[in-house]
Amino acid sequence: MKKVLALALAVCLALTVCSAFAEEVTLKIAHIGPLTGGAALYGVATSRGAQIAVEEINAAGGKFRIELIDEDDQHVPEISKNAYQEAKNQGAQMIVGTTTSDPCIAVGEDAFVDRVFMLTPSASSVKVTAGKDNVYQMCFTDPAQGETAANYIADKALGTKIAVITNVSDPYSTGIRDAFLDTAEARGLEIVSETEFNEGDADFTVQVNDAKNAGADLVFLPIYYGPASMIIQTAKNIGFEPAFFGVDGMDGILAIPEFDVSLAEGVMLLCPFAASSPDERTQKFVSAYQAKFNDTPIQFAADSYDCVYALVAAADAAGITDGMSAAECCDKLIAAMQQLEFTGLTGTSTWDASGAVTKLPKVYKIENGAYVEQ
Amino acid sequence: MVNFLVNLVNGLSLGSVYAIIALGYTMVYGIAKMLNFAHGDVIMVGAYMSYVALRSLSLPPVVAMLLAMVVCTLLGITIEKAAYKPLRQATSLSVLITAIGVSYFLQNMAQLIWGATPVNFPADFITLPSIELLGGQLIIEGATLITILVGAAVMVGLNLFIGKTKIGKAMRAVSEDRGAAELMGINVNRTISITFAIGSALAAIAGVLLWAKVFKLEPTTGAIPGIKAFTAAVLGGIGSIPGAMLGGILLGIIEIFGRAYVSTALSDAIVFSVLIIVLLVRPTGLLGKPIQEKV
Repeated sequence: MKKVLALALAVCLALTVCSAFAEEVTLKIAHIGPLTGGAALYGVATSRGAQIAVEEINAAGGKFRIELIDEDDQHVPEISKNAYQEAKNQGAQMIVGTTTSDPCIAVGEDAFVDRVFMLTPSASSVKVTAGKDNVYQMCFTDPAQGETAANYIADKALGTKIAVITNVSDPYSTGIRDAFLDTAEARGLEIVSETEFNEGDADFTVQVNDAKNAGADLVFLPIYYGPASMIIQTAKNIGFEPAFFGVDGMDGILAIPEFDVSLAEGVMLLCPFAASSPDERTQKFVSAYQAKFNDTPIQFAADSYDCVYALVAAADAAGITDGMSAAECCDKLIAAMQQLEFTGLTGTSTWDASGAVTKLPKVYKIENGAYVEQ
Repeated sequence: MVNFLVNLVNGLSLGSVYAIIALGYTMVYGIAKMLNFAHGDVIMVGAYMSYVALRSLSLPPVVAMLLAMVVCTLLGITIEKAAYKPLRQATSLSVLITAIGVSYFLQNMAQLIWGATPVNFPADFITLPSIELLGGQLIIEGATLITILVGAAVMVGLNLFIGKTKIGKAMRAVSEDRGAAELMGINVNRTISITFAIGSALAAIAGVLLWAKVFKLEPTTGAIPGIKAFTAAVLGGIGSIPGAMLGGILLGIIEIFGRAYVSTALSDAIVFSVLIIVLLVRPTGLLGKPIQEKV
């Protein structure tokens, strides 16, 4: 009889322990980004990166199960605010997003009032986190890129006469440019040509000619790869062959259909992630991404993938339980993020109270059509 | 001096693209009295179609171009029949809003079909070599030369067509007085459809030339050049075909010179302030006929 009792007790204990372990926590994470419109390239990438991470986490069957809510904001701040409300109505507890800076600033204001935690994969303006304790960044900030670029050029003596071409309609571009010019001045780099363009401009001959006539030997391009490819092509057509130095927006230039990749040979860029990297986790991510979407992931996808894993790590450290409200999650996550050291595809990150990430950009050079870390 | 020439050639080539796009705006406005804001997006579709023909169907460049023109013509007629014809009696504001709707529709369809990743201009599309003048100081690219030549040819051809052919005569008649033209036995609906067809075929040419100029094709490629070409049409006098040509070329030169000699950042502001100034000072444009306000 005693034995039976003991056995029964043991079974009871075992069941309690098991059920304590099996208590599954469902996290409702909303991704907000431009799935359509002119910036869809970035929003689609962040959406897909998050989807891969969610599938992996759910398939691994750990403590957390994730429900992903995917909302389109078309890179328009007003639509982004609506998308955020829609995600909240669907019960979102935390947000991966938004993908682009202007919408992220707008949604951040609402989320700050509502106490909803946001971790943006790619909105890199300092205004995204300014004055808000609930918004964190996975990507490095615009000024950090400008400083890193100027310091690197000065350290390695890559150029003596530097030209800068900026997209004035994009705060990302002007943010990097301003920090670059400040650091360049401090480091004694000579800027010989400073020209600008607007989003959608069809012709860069004036800017490239200006750099050529000023005798520039290095052109700094704090812009996205689309116009950058046009500038590099224009330079080639008029027989101008400086060194080109880009930022993380340059990532993607090798994937442009019909682009003559040999033109990009020797171009340097800043980037947190290269799909060609031999790193095992990167390769696993790249092959899962290719299998599911028939496309090679860009850094935006990797940033977003990291965001989902970082949120789960922070939720684990913060002790988030099933059915916790967004506001409760927010306060716990803010505390947990500042203690977190997270290693993902885009490097090892820690965060300070401002929400900015501390990791620094890496410098890559395009050699034989692939990124080579410098 | 060399720099001035370089800028002038660039202005001419950009202006030729604007002129061909502006022709589409101005013809449709002259005859159907509507602003077809989807015109810029038909240009984008034309460029994508030429890409499909060149790569997926492996056709030679000239044939690819012709196929794109045929597809754009059909697209233009379809848009006119489906979206604009039911609104023939509606207010011009309704038609304008419909045109903007068609524009969004085309952009998003293109994104669904071809994705958001930009496509570079294929190197084997225009293989004409560059010309070096003044001992290599002035380099005129093959694409620039072709743009200027094709632009000139289209303008002359269209002028002859409107001036000499029967359909051209019908178009002028409908433009002048739709009611009277109908009474004289001109099929107004058919004439409007033909106008859309010609405008859209020109859009395909403009699409390829614009693509050669900007190197980069994406679903939003036609949007800003479309609006600039509309500005060009207003500058020349909307409804006037020689006006569209003059306005396009002037606007291209204004844009490049503004960028070169005033400010690279303000070039768009300069271009669009042309629109405001023309509307304030001379709303009929440089070559437009004065319109009598009928209240």
